Amino acid sequence: MDGSSCQPLAVDIQELTKSFGNHLALKGLDLKVRKGDFLTIVGPNGAGKTTLIKVLATTMRPSSGSVQVAGFDLKENPVQVRCNIGIVSHHPFLYDDLTSFENLKFYGRMYGVPDLEERIHTVAIRFELIPRLHHQVRTLSRGLRQRLSIARAVIHNPRIMLLDEPESGLDQHASAMLQETLDAMSAEEGTIIMTTHSLEYGLKVGNRVAILTGGKIAYEESTQALNLDNLRETYYRYTGTRR
Amino acid sequence: MNKSLDKVFAILWKDILSELRTKDVIISVPVFALLVIVIFNFAFEPDRVRLVASGVLWVALTFAGVLGLSRSFAVEKDQGSLEGLMLCPVGRDVIYFGKMLGSLTFILVVAIIVLPIFFILFNLPVFKPELVLIVFLATIGFASVGTLFSAIAVNTKARDIMLPILFFPIMAPVIISAVKATELALAGESWGSFSTWLQVMVAFDIIFLVVSSLVFEFIVEE
Repeated sequence: MDGSSCQPLAVDIQELTKSFGNHLALKGLDLKVRKGDFLTIVGPNGAGKTTLIKVLATTMRPSSGSVQVAGFDLKENPVQVRCNIGIVSHHPFLYDDLTSFENLKFYGRMYGVPDLEERIHTVAIRFELIPRLHHQVRTLSRGLRQRLSIARAVIHNPRIMLLDEPESGLDQHASAMLQETLDAMSAEEGTIIMTTHSLEYGLKVGNRVAILTGGKIAYEESTQALNLDNLRETYYRYTGTRR
Repeated sequence: MNKSLDKVFAILWKDILSELRTKDVIISVPVFALLVIVIFNFAFEPDRVRLVASGVLWVALTFAGVLGLSRSFAVEKDQGSLEGLMLCPVGRDVIYFGKMLGSLTFILVVAIIVLPIFFILFNLPVFKPELVLIVFLATIGFASVGTLFSAIAVNTKARDIMLPILFFPIMAPVIISAVKATELALAGESWGSFSTWLQVMVAFDIIFLVVSSLVFEFIVEE
């Protein structure tokens, strides 16, 4: 049991299943994430990582089971759940024809962010977007889009951050900025759930690591109790694949 | 309520801004509608043109409307921003009404461009207040059903074919009512003579606005 066990739960998942026709992507998954935790979820392709993130983000309906996020039931209070989460995914979720400023303003209005112009200015400085703030997104470089995408995800100061394999889409600079953002969130007791293919990265950034395979959490442990070699061994034992 | 309205208008404003930048709909769709009207104008004898005028107008507006509606979710789907919209902390009905108002605005703009040219080509009285109401009611029907079906069609492979297949059978009552009401209005009949057709459109608009906003949630979530 790690030191954060007295903290209230940020995410509480019980017996979660998600099916696509006859295929069961999540098979009675149980997971508890405490406030302030940085949980990294590793697993092979098709394990259900992205499905789990989409369910937590409320863009995918669970087939059965109970999911509480930030104290709100996913089925009964999806709007409250969305208020409390930010998501960084493979997709930037940006509008190419709008400027960076207009994108941030649109999402800020949708999240009901107070003092929006000031908040946009703050995140634009933090993510070094000021010089291209009034340029259309379609004219931005890939790196700038990625930074704008992270700025979009944090515009409303979410208490819980969901990251779906962020390292696969980010360049070095954006990756460093994301890391700074996550460090700042962790310092303020924000909760982070990140899926990744990289055991090394997951072990390095998280304070807990879980192995998701076959639609279930097969293993969960504090990263302090692990090193890369025994995580690799454990991963192989549960998934049958080497990383 | 006010917060929800602000978010509805945020979605509407975002769609208008995007459209002003790309001009995808406001150039191509009126051009298509005008082509239909011009072709029909040449196809009929001058003394018969006025008899088919209301049908021609609604063929042009309906087909042009479907073209515009097919873009309602397509751009967001193609850019991958539709999921970002779904992540926003608003009820799905807010998203539906925002998108519906966007579609309504674009179809009305097309009608505003097309109507004066239609009146001139068909040698009709330039302004008929009755026609403004008929176009407005029919357009609400188009936008309410079209936005819902556009959300369904955007997730299918043959989305350009799927939308008209879903749209036209359901829209038949509105199209028929609009054609009949326009015919009577252009013939100079009194409001009372086509009030039944107006009532059909009002009933359709109310039913489909309510039903569409309720079922939209089940369409956009996986």
